[in-house]
Amino acid sequence: MSSPPPAVTVTGVVDADVNTDDDVAAVPLRHPWRWVVAAALFLGIAVLVVSLWTNPNIHHGTISKYLFNPKIVNGVGLSLLITVVAMVVSTVLGVLLAVMRLAKNPVMNAFAWLYVWVFRGTPLLIQIVFWGYLGLLYSQISLGVPFTDFTIFSVDTNTLVPAFTAGLLALTLNQAAYSAEIIRSGMLSVDPGQHEAAASLGMSPSYTLFKVVLPQAMRVIIPPMGNETISMLKQTSLLSVIAVLELYTVATQISSQNLRQVELLLVVSCWYLFLTSVLSVPQYYLERHYGRGNAAQQAPTPLVRIVSALRRAKHAPTEPTPTDTRGRKS
Amino acid sequence: MNGVLATPEATAPPTTQAPLLRASNVRKNYGNVQVLKGISLTVNAGEVMCLLGPSGSGKSTFLRCINHLERIDGGRISVAGELIGYTQRQGRIFEMNPREVSRQRRGIGMVFQRFNLFPHMNALENICAAPVGVKRIDKQHARKRALELLDRVGLAHVATSYPAQLSGGQQQRVAIARALAMDPQLLLFDEPTSALDPELVGDVLEVMRSLAADGMTMVVVTHEIGFARSAADKVVFMDGGVVIESGLPAEVIDNPQNPRTVSFLNSVM
Repeated sequence: MSSPPPAVTVTGVVDADVNTDDDVAAVPLRHPWRWVVAAALFLGIAVLVVSLWTNPNIHHGTISKYLFNPKIVNGVGLSLLITVVAMVVSTVLGVLLAVMRLAKNPVMNAFAWLYVWVFRGTPLLIQIVFWGYLGLLYSQISLGVPFTDFTIFSVDTNTLVPAFTAGLLALTLNQAAYSAEIIRSGMLSVDPGQHEAAASLGMSPSYTLFKVVLPQAMRVIIPPMGNETISMLKQTSLLSVIAVLELYTVATQISSQNLRQVELLLVVSCWYLFLTSVLSVPQYYLERHYGRGNAAQQAPTPLVRIVSALRRAKHAPTEPTPTDTRGRKS
Repeated sequence: MNGVLATPEATAPPTTQAPLLRASNVRKNYGNVQVLKGISLTVNAGEVMCLLGPSGSGKSTFLRCINHLERIDGGRISVAGELIGYTQRQGRIFEMNPREVSRQRRGIGMVFQRFNLFPHMNALENICAAPVGVKRIDKQHARKRALELLDRVGLAHVATSYPAQLSGGQQQRVAIARALAMDPQLLLFDEPTSALDPELVGDVLEVMRSLAADGMTMVVVTHEIGFARSAADKVVFMDGGVVIESGLPAEVIDNPQNPRTVSFLNSVM
């Protein structure tokens, strides 16, 4: 500031030698407290880890023994299967409910509102138990003409809805209520001008929904849906109350025999942490896909960045390559 | 189609040809406020009509009634002899279902003030979306046609760009190409240059002039008096939901009779 401004020609081009004088080579601002806080946090975490590691009440052999136990791995598989199926089906239901909530048809509107009210308004745990005990409420499920004795077929409820199906139903129907609200908010975020443009081109309401509104709503929908997927994975542990053999149920069964509760809880926690980390990867790529056309140019994915960084390291002494600049642009 | 749906209050023009667009005594309310208080006008095929007037005069609302984006509360609008948004059977008026309304809108293109391009599609996909998805035109053909249209609006080089990467003027020209891709018999423009930087207005008006020269029937809501004077066959001045004055540009713009027209023109020119 104190030095005189660099000589600038009338056309706005700065003289070359003046330019080098003016390069900013300031001493960067120091942040000593960051180091202090980081050291304190590191110390705290180290104490915790060491205390867990040296704790005589934790039998570490049990953890490594059961981490890849076939029963546990099957439980992981089932938890993951329930998560994926429940999320996919509940998303389809959620789109349907969101469209009904936003429709002009008052019957659909009221139905969707009632659905969300019931399934969001009662605890998930109670819904799971309810579906698990469906057989107590209706011992037989039959198809026929209502209010007459005429039936086409009739089955035992416990045959039609075993614990696995009951659990899946409970999670799916509950999730649909939450997903419906997320999807509805996404659809409301789309500019009304988009509906008008689609209408003026003669697009039908359903074509407009699938080709114009939903693809744009996705950008808003995906981050909270990623959250919901991770919650769903953890909520599958609630199915232990109706004895579905998912990860947590299996772990409690094992620990009730060997009385190593804490060790098996740690095994289970490791698995949940691993699975939730894995599940955030597809979210990243979905966000990128639906974000296209929004940012003028998208940054390369972490994978591309790593690959180009490796290439740069390999060709370090040689000339910078096009991949080099692409890697730096992020 | 001649006169079958002509309503008693519609005054037939002296020409032998039936007008492409006929509005008679169109009324529209928002709650208790009547924004259109009986608009009657006709546009013949190949004509360009410019709607002028201060903001809030109801000209955009009227334009949006023509393709039934707004439903009217009274009067009749017909395009090519077909009542818009309603069907008339045995002297009674029935509301159309959404599918029939969609079918009618295919023949009426619209260009918006804020472009309203689909942001998740590139320029080419924006243009192809309706021909492929609505008219079921073969993808290759639609693509070829879209490239021709882009070339026509001078934008062949941005075919794969997304709207966010285009300037306002380019976006609006893509929007015009998108409307043209449906081969409309009538094209509506809702203040197409009002959201543009001044230096970009010219390109868009240039495209509109060339469309007019090619015989496209257009209804244009605009504040561009110069465009109205040079390109319009007919100028309608609206204020307070009624037509104040209409006629040739030379009459309405250069020799206005009504004091409200005079004061409006003085304020914008």
